[in-house]
Amino acid sequence: MQISGAQMVIEAFIAEGVDTVFGYPGGAIMNVYDEIYKQDKFQHILNRHEQASVHAAEGYSKASGKVGVAMITSGPGFTNAVTGLADAYMDSIPLVVISGQVPMSLIGTDAFQEIDAVGISRSCTKHNYLVTDAKDLPRVLKEAFYIARSGRPGPVHVDIPKDVTAQIAEFDYEIELDLETYKPHTKGNPRQIKKAIEAIAAAKRPLFYLGGGIINANAAYEVREFVQKTGIPAVETFMARGVLSHDDELLIGMLGMHGSYASNMAMSETDLVIGLGVRFDDRVTGKLSEFAKNADVIHVDIDPASISKLVNADYPIVGDVKNVVTDMLEQVGKIDSENYESWRETIINFNELHPLTFHEDTDRIKPQWVVKRVGELLGDSANISTDVGQHQMWTGQFYPFTRPRQFISSSGLGTMGFGFPAAIGVKAASPEKTSINFTGDGSILMNVQELMTAVEKKIPVINIILNNNFLGMVRQWQTLFYDKRHAETDLSVQPDFVKLAEAFGGIGYRVKTKEEFDAALKDAVEKNVVAFIEVIVERMENVMPMVPSGGSLFNMMLLEKKGDK
Amino acid sequence: MTEENQRRVVSVIVINEASVLSRITDLFSGRGYNITSLTVAPIPESKYSRLTIVTAGSVRVIEQITKQLHKLIPVLRVYEHEDMVEKEMAMIKLPITENLSDINTLCEAYNGKIVNAGESTIIAMVADEPKRIDNFLNAIKRYNPKEIVRSGAVALER
Repeated sequence: MQISGAQMVIEAFIAEGVDTVFGYPGGAIMNVYDEIYKQDKFQHILNRHEQASVHAAEGYSKASGKVGVAMITSGPGFTNAVTGLADAYMDSIPLVVISGQVPMSLIGTDAFQEIDAVGISRSCTKHNYLVTDAKDLPRVLKEAFYIARSGRPGPVHVDIPKDVTAQIAEFDYEIELDLETYKPHTKGNPRQIKKAIEAIAAAKRPLFYLGGGIINANAAYEVREFVQKTGIPAVETFMARGVLSHDDELLIGMLGMHGSYASNMAMSETDLVIGLGVRFDDRVTGKLSEFAKNADVIHVDIDPASISKLVNADYPIVGDVKNVVTDMLEQVGKIDSENYESWRETIINFNELHPLTFHEDTDRIKPQWVVKRVGELLGDSANISTDVGQHQMWTGQFYPFTRPRQFISSSGLGTMGFGFPAAIGVKAASPEKTSINFTGDGSILMNVQELMTAVEKKIPVINIILNNNFLGMVRQWQTLFYDKRHAETDLSVQPDFVKLAEAFGGIGYRVKTKEEFDAALKDAVEKNVVAFIEVIVERMENVMPMVPSGGSLFNMMLLEKKGDK
Repeated sequence: MTEENQRRVVSVIVINEASVLSRITDLFSGRGYNITSLTVAPIPESKYSRLTIVTAGSVRVIEQITKQLHKLIPVLRVYEHEDMVEKEMAMIKLPITENLSDINTLCEAYNGKIVNAGESTIIAMVADEPKRIDNFLNAIKRYNPKEIVRSGAVALER
C-alpha cells in the first residue's frame, strides 16, 4: 500500500506489537505525531523530558522483555535523549528510538533544531540509521526492531527527516530481512560445552557467576535448574538480581565493589568460574590481576567481544545463554553435587564470619532497614527500580528478589534520574505489580518532572526517597578517601518533598519513624496514585562491605562489628 | 600472551553505505586504538568496500579490535593478516634541478619511476612494501624532496 513515511512508522509499530510509546513531540516529528493522534492501536505516554522518555522505554523493556519504543524530535529533543541511549547501550536493553530530523534540503545548513543526530548516537547505540527516502523505511524499521532484540540486545536509533515522513511510498512489512553482515551466533559449540561440563565435574570449588545476560535471554529458570542440579554455589552481579530467588540456599549473594564478604571471598577462592551472561565489569572484578586468581574460567556470552576482553576465558562459549544452559543440562548427570560439599561448607563459614548486615544503632532510621522492610511488606508483589547511589547498592544488597525482571536499575552507565521514569515504564508494562522506585534526595531531582507524567497517566509509582541530605555515595568516598572533605555533596538545602509531590497532584509523606513508614507505605499502596515517601535516614551511613576502587576483591572494608569500637 | 605493541594489518570488508567509514574510525577513537594508516575503496562489481587498516597493539588489543569491528552491523568480514602480500605507494615531488637519472634509477629499485615533469619540479612514484618505502624515503632525502605523499598500505592474504 502507498502511505506516508509517518504512517509507515505507525504501521511498523502495530506490526511489531508495540502497545506503548514514550515520547515528546516537536517540529521535526510532527507528521508522525499527527498519525499517532489518528490511531488507537497503542498508547502514547507523554513524558516531560526526552531523557525520561528513553528511560521509561528502558523500564518498559526490562519489565516486559519486549523492545521499548521512544519518539523524540530533532535537535534538543534528540540531545536530551542521548543519556537514555547510552544507558540502554551499556545495559544491553533493546530499544527503538525514533527521532525527527530537519528536512533533507536543510541538512547541513545549521537549520533550526538541527544536529547531526546519527553522528552523536553512533557511539552509544547498537546501530543507527538516517533515512533519506521513505521507500527505505519499512526495511529500516523492521531491521531496527530485529537488531535491537537479537544477539546482544541494544538500542537502535532511527533518524527521519521531516520531508521523509511526509513522502508517500510503498509500504510492505512482510519483506524478508537480508542482513548478510549481521548473523548473531546463538548456538554454543557442542565440543566446547562438553569440555566445560568436564571441567565442572573435575573442579573442587566451582562457582556460578551469574549476570544480566541471563535475564536478557529469558534463561533464569534454566539457570535455576542448572544450579539446583549441580549443587554449585552462585554469586550474582547487580544486573542479575532475581535470576535466583533470594532464599535459594545456593545463592551466596551479590559480588563486587559492594558485594557480600562471602560472595567476594568465594570468587577469590574458587577454582572454576562459570560465567553466564557476564562481562567482568570493573565494579565486579576489582583488581583484575587478583580476580579469581586460582581459577579457570568458563565464559558463556552472546557477544564474542565480551569473551577474553578483560579476563582470559579457558572455556569460551559464544551463544545465547538459554541455548547453552539447556545443552549443558542434558549432560548435567556427569556432575556430582556431592563433590562440592566441603566447598559449600566453606562458603557457609564465610557467611557466618561476616554476614551481610547493618547496625540499628542510631535514633534515625537506617536506610537498609527501609529496603528490607519494603521487602517484608511487598516482597514479590512489587517491581523495584532504583536511581543511582547508596540507595541503589542497599537495594541490590537487601531487597529479597524472587524473580527475573523484578529489578530494574541503571548499572553500566550509572545514570542518576533513571529510576522514576524507568518505574513509570515498568508500571506501564506490568500494571498488576506495585511499582517501587528507591531513590535518593540527589537522584530524584534529576527527573522530578515525571511527577506530571505519572499524574496525567495515572501511573501510581511509589518513590521512596532515602533522604540523608547528602549526595551519599560521593560523600562516602569523600569520607573514606578524601579525608572527609565533603566538596559540594551536602544537600541540606532541599525542597519540601511532600509539597513538591502535592504541587503536581501526587501525594507526599515525610516519615521519621518505622511506624510512620509502615503507615505511609500502606496508605500509598491503597491510594494508588503517584507518591513520594521521604524517609529521613541516618546521614553518615556507608555502604559496606566496600572494595576500594582498583583494589582486590578479597581486600574489603567491612562493617565494624558491634563492640569493635 | 605478549603485552608488547605489535604492528598489525587488518582488512575489513564492509557494506559500501553512508557513514560506514565513521563507524570504523569512531570505534578506533572511542576505544583508544591506534590507526597508523587507513585505505578504503569499493570492491569492483559488489556492494562492498575494502578497508586496510594498519594498527598497533598487544595481542589482546588486536583481538578486541577484530571482535569489535565484527560487531559493527555493516561489517561482513575482518581479516587479521598473518601471511600477506603488503604494498604501499608513495609520490615525491622533487626539484627539476636534481640529478634526474639518479632519481629515476633509485625509483626503479622500488618499482617506480618519474611520472611527471613540470616547469620547476618533477613527480616520482614508487610502490613497494611499507618498510621498503621507509628506506626509499630515507634515500631520496639527499635530492631535497619538496613534498611526499604515502598512500597507506594495502594487503592481500596469500
